[in-house]
Amino acid sequence: MNKRIISILMENDPGALSRVVGLFSQRGYNIESLNVAPTEDDTISRLTLTTLGNDQKIEQITKNLNKIIDVIKLIELSESAYVERELMMIKVKAVGSLREEIKRSVDIFRGQIIDVTPNIYTIQLVGDNEKLTAFIRAVGEAVVLEVVRTGISGISRGDKVLSL
Amino acid sequence: MEKMSGGDLLLRALKDEGVELLFGYPGGAALHIYDAIYRQTDVRHILVRHEQAATHAADGYARVTGKVGSVLVTSGPGATNAITGIATAYMDSIPMVVISGQVPSSKIGEDAFQETDMMGVSRPIVKHSYMVQDPSEIPTIIRKAYYLAASGRPGPVVVDIPKDMTDPNNLYDYVFPEKVSIRSYTPNVKGHGGQIRKAATALLEAKKPVVYVGGGAIAAKGPELVTQLVQQLNVPITSTLMGLGAYPSSDKQFIGMLGMHGTYEANTAMHKSDLILAVGARFDDRVTNALDKFCPEAKIIHIDIDPASISKTIAAHIPIVGSVESVLTDLIKAVDQSKLSLDQDALQAWWNTINEWREKHGLYTKNRFDTSTDMIKPQEVVQAVHKVTQGKALVSTDVGQHQMFAAQYYLFDRPRHWITSGGLGTMGFGIPAAMGAQFADPEATVVCFTGEGSVQMCIQELSTCTQYKLPIKIININNQALGMVRQWQDMNYESRYAETLYEDSLPDFIKLAEAYGHVGIKVTKREELYEKLEECFAMKDRVVFMDIYVDQNEHVYPMQIPLQSVGDMMLSKTERTS
Repeated sequence: MNKRIISILMENDPGALSRVVGLFSQRGYNIESLNVAPTEDDTISRLTLTTLGNDQKIEQITKNLNKIIDVIKLIELSESAYVERELMMIKVKAVGSLREEIKRSVDIFRGQIIDVTPNIYTIQLVGDNEKLTAFIRAVGEAVVLEVVRTGISGISRGDKVLSL
Repeated sequence: MEKMSGGDLLLRALKDEGVELLFGYPGGAALHIYDAIYRQTDVRHILVRHEQAATHAADGYARVTGKVGSVLVTSGPGATNAITGIATAYMDSIPMVVISGQVPSSKIGEDAFQETDMMGVSRPIVKHSYMVQDPSEIPTIIRKAYYLAASGRPGPVVVDIPKDMTDPNNLYDYVFPEKVSIRSYTPNVKGHGGQIRKAATALLEAKKPVVYVGGGAIAAKGPELVTQLVQQLNVPITSTLMGLGAYPSSDKQFIGMLGMHGTYEANTAMHKSDLILAVGARFDDRVTNALDKFCPEAKIIHIDIDPASISKTIAAHIPIVGSVESVLTDLIKAVDQSKLSLDQDALQAWWNTINEWREKHGLYTKNRFDTSTDMIKPQEVVQAVHKVTQGKALVSTDVGQHQMFAAQYYLFDRPRHWITSGGLGTMGFGIPAAMGAQFADPEATVVCFTGEGSVQMCIQELSTCTQYKLPIKIININNQALGMVRQWQDMNYESRYAETLYEDSLPDFIKLAEAYGHVGIKVTKREELYEKLEECFAMKDRVVFMDIYVDQNEHVYPMQIPLQSVGDMMLSKTERTS
């Protein structure tokens, strides 16, 4: 069971997202992460979905997604070379000597501190899924107060383009 | 340009779409639409007695005509009552458009009177759905809904219309689009040439081929092309429950239905075959039995218009996405042009083996049920009806033992004569579906095989039959028990009949039929069976309710043994395949 990333272009209609999400619960597929927003054409939304499964399962998922009338086009990103990114905002306890240490970790991971109080740093970090998880481990779960992750977005490398 | 209200836009669009019949039931949120119906004469509304029946009647009409069935219901309970019928159509890929009234758009989400989120409730059982947000969109949405319902893999489409969208005080221009295109929807009709040539080669190299057809083969010229290919190659053909009639059942190349209650020869031939040509069938669990034991020696060619049906349960060696009509046309061409030809000795040996199976346990070489007692057997009832109607009736069924007996013993020689709920297995389907069939062909003899369990699930429709003078013939195979469940209780629960008996609470069906203005005939003796059936079918313009008492202890056989291969069956209460 590998992590698979599917990118979907779909109609920017109110019912479209519920049809996509509904398909997953209906057919017993699981969703690891999902994000969606309009593209440069505001009639179209792009949805990036991460799921787990073997080839046979992913084939069924993509076929069934394609059957949804609101789905215009899709690719399995993870089938070829791609770049993935995820944005995380994380609030950590930063007091005493920890303040300097956390600051150093933020620099190493190329993150930014976007809000500061005497006891707290709010940090923004962009990267692939593993990098964000590694950062949480690096600062130590004990200091973490709150984590917000957007879920994975991805795009193909090179000439390959997903558009109409 | 003509100005009209949303309700009138809707009715005009239905007319321009070619809709003749609209099965429905009025209610608050649909009242503007009903008033528009009253003010026109092109689209005929049929008033049923329950919204479930509206969907089943539209479904029966669609199955017989091949056209889209049309339904109109109100919001809330009207919409939810239609759900079972929508799910039935969805599972069997029947084209249908269901228009539901909705509370005014300003009230949506406020838990208004008779408000249900129809878009949400129906989402998993529709091909697509629309909610009207601007009355001027109505004609375009209707055009798209019918296009989606009928094209590709057909299915039901819901159009939800908030009441304010049909307000008679607001007028709009009527524009009916000549053509609609949906950028995200382009069903793949033509099969891949290379795959088709590969399929032709595999087919011609086979020594033990079987053609396996499903409901998808009924569409368009499917039956004609299936018959042409099968007869040209002289290969055996089996059919799913849904595919019956795609190939003439009384022809010698037809080896019977396959699957859970398929014939011995069909299931055994599948299991032993070296090539399966699946045409518009979906390898569902009522056919395959245990997936890991499915037809171990067979190479599988799978033709289907729905890519998601291919390799869903059984991996296809040669998948071909396309319409049955287009792919078979090309396949026949490819077979004709191929340098290969079937090994005739091998084919003859294959036929000899199949004919031995037929002789040994086949349903059609001799009666496999016990006729030594006085009790009428359910199988005999179907055989007798087949004889009296000369096999030409439009046949609907409910669900249970009678349905399987009808499938086994009413040999269908023509497509679109068999109207049964295969995928969902909906009890209550029979009478309303028969009504839809009678509307589709007013001259036809329409038979509804049912049982005393199923028939009570939509029996109120006897009143609709009175109103519209629909002379359907109801063959109630009365075993005074929920027979199929009882059979499973016999086989798996040591005959503990949990809630499958009615303790003398059944109505007098004769009086009940008469109360609705129909004829009721009770049959309890075998020697009366033919005579009473002749009497029944001679009454061309009456609904006749035949209440036929049959042996309660009869089981449907063959029956596949769970978790085993296609070919592992119980052949009677005591015999099983090795």
